[in-house]
Amino acid sequence: MTVKSSELAQVKTNQRSRLRRQTSGNFFKAVSAVVWKDLQAELRTLELFSAMLVFSLLIIIIFNFALELDLKIRQSVTSGVLWATFAFAGTLGLNRSMAIEKDRGCLDGLLLAPVDRSAIYFGKLISNLTFMLIVEAIVLVVYSLLYNINLFQPGLLLVILLGSLGYAGVGTLLAAMSVQTRTRDILLPILLFPIIIPVLLAAVKASSGFLDGAQFSDVLLPLDILVVYDLIFISVAFMFFENIVEE
Amino acid sequence: MQAKPVLLKIIDILSVIMLAMATYFALIKAPTELVMGNVQRIFYFHIGTAWTALLGFLFASVLSIVYLFNKDLKWDRYQVAAIEVSLVFFLITIMLGSIWARPAWNTWWTWDPRLTTAAITELVYLAYFMLRQGIDDPDRRARFGAVYALIGGISAPITFYAIRLFRTIHPVVIAGGNPKAQGGFDMTPDMLTAMFVALGAFTVIFIDLYWNRIRLGDLEDQVERLKLKITM
Repeated sequence: MTVKSSELAQVKTNQRSRLRRQTSGNFFKAVSAVVWKDLQAELRTLELFSAMLVFSLLIIIIFNFALELDLKIRQSVTSGVLWATFAFAGTLGLNRSMAIEKDRGCLDGLLLAPVDRSAIYFGKLISNLTFMLIVEAIVLVVYSLLYNINLFQPGLLLVILLGSLGYAGVGTLLAAMSVQTRTRDILLPILLFPIIIPVLLAAVKASSGFLDGAQFSDVLLPLDILVVYDLIFISVAFMFFENIVEE
Repeated sequence: MQAKPVLLKIIDILSVIMLAMATYFALIKAPTELVMGNVQRIFYFHIGTAWTALLGFLFASVLSIVYLFNKDLKWDRYQVAAIEVSLVFFLITIMLGSIWARPAWNTWWTWDPRLTTAAITELVYLAYFMLRQGIDDPDRRARFGAVYALIGGISAPITFYAIRLFRTIHPVVIAGGNPKAQGGFDMTPDMLTAMFVALGAFTVIFIDLYWNRIRLGDLEDQVERLKLKITM
């Protein structure tokens, strides 16, 4: 009798672990499906990408004349200009990527899929992050060429990755909210910017530290803030995304 | 409509009396500060409103979690009330601080972590109301509001830390020791009394306004339901 019940328990645990493996496999499959769908749709139209890219180049041009970026000023404001550019271009991308889902009723389709809702969040997060990183890479090349400065330093790239991750993490959640309101086009930056300020501050501080050739230990504090922010907000978004998309 | 509870009526009257007392203590009873003079008297109301507003925001974040777990619209009304009253109190804090800063720091505003965080917090909760305004469905409005208030509540301390990467001149009167702070002072017993009277007064006023605002929220909810009934 005891043998039987222990066998039964064994079978049950096996089943459960198989089920768990299956669902976790499903989860990653669902995430990659959402990412793949976004990337493919974007590759065909290049709507979002071209808009973000042109917009960010225009912002750099505006900054160039608004701040009169000569050699001396550039040394102190380069990281600020870069992050302001990323922040503005980022909102454009976030708004668009969620608006597409909403307008064509794709969001309802996504929600009908029998997968965990957070898989949709992570899929959207990864595709938004990918668009941002591609645009940022091009902006870095253009900025480097225009102002004869090498921005491709490993430290700076790390800051950009961490900062963009935090930005896209909160941005994806808030964009999912703002597209479902009446004032959606103007609402996203108003919701997003006050929340994203720690990321921008820490990223600007860390970037200018790396650009000034500071030691890694000197910029550890802003980097810590970025990591902590990313962890906290992505977990919060992961927990509550379901509340945003449910009907 | 339910009649106003007796306790609320008592708190209504009590808050007026407490406000008068706090004013008396701050303006007459407390001694004049040696360096800054009379302008230091702003401090008592500044602390009183700041304390209640910050507690109110904290409370609203807790209500977010409560609402998101049990989805009863009652908690949403409690949250809106808390944020609305806190928003006004915090605006008063910032304005009083600014009036004090003009003679003490010789400027209305400085980009100090406390001031900046206060301004950003104010903007977060203004955005909260703009978000709510754009949504008609009460359940969705409550869900979005709760998530946004929670995110805002979490981001405020991180914002504070991030701005500290830059610098500060704000004095820390209670248990502080920033050598670069300007306008700090040591409190005499009379000043302490005045501060605690102000803290008590603003706490009572906050509770009074909060309770009244919840009642208003309940009425708004009833009106909304009646309107729906007419259209159906």
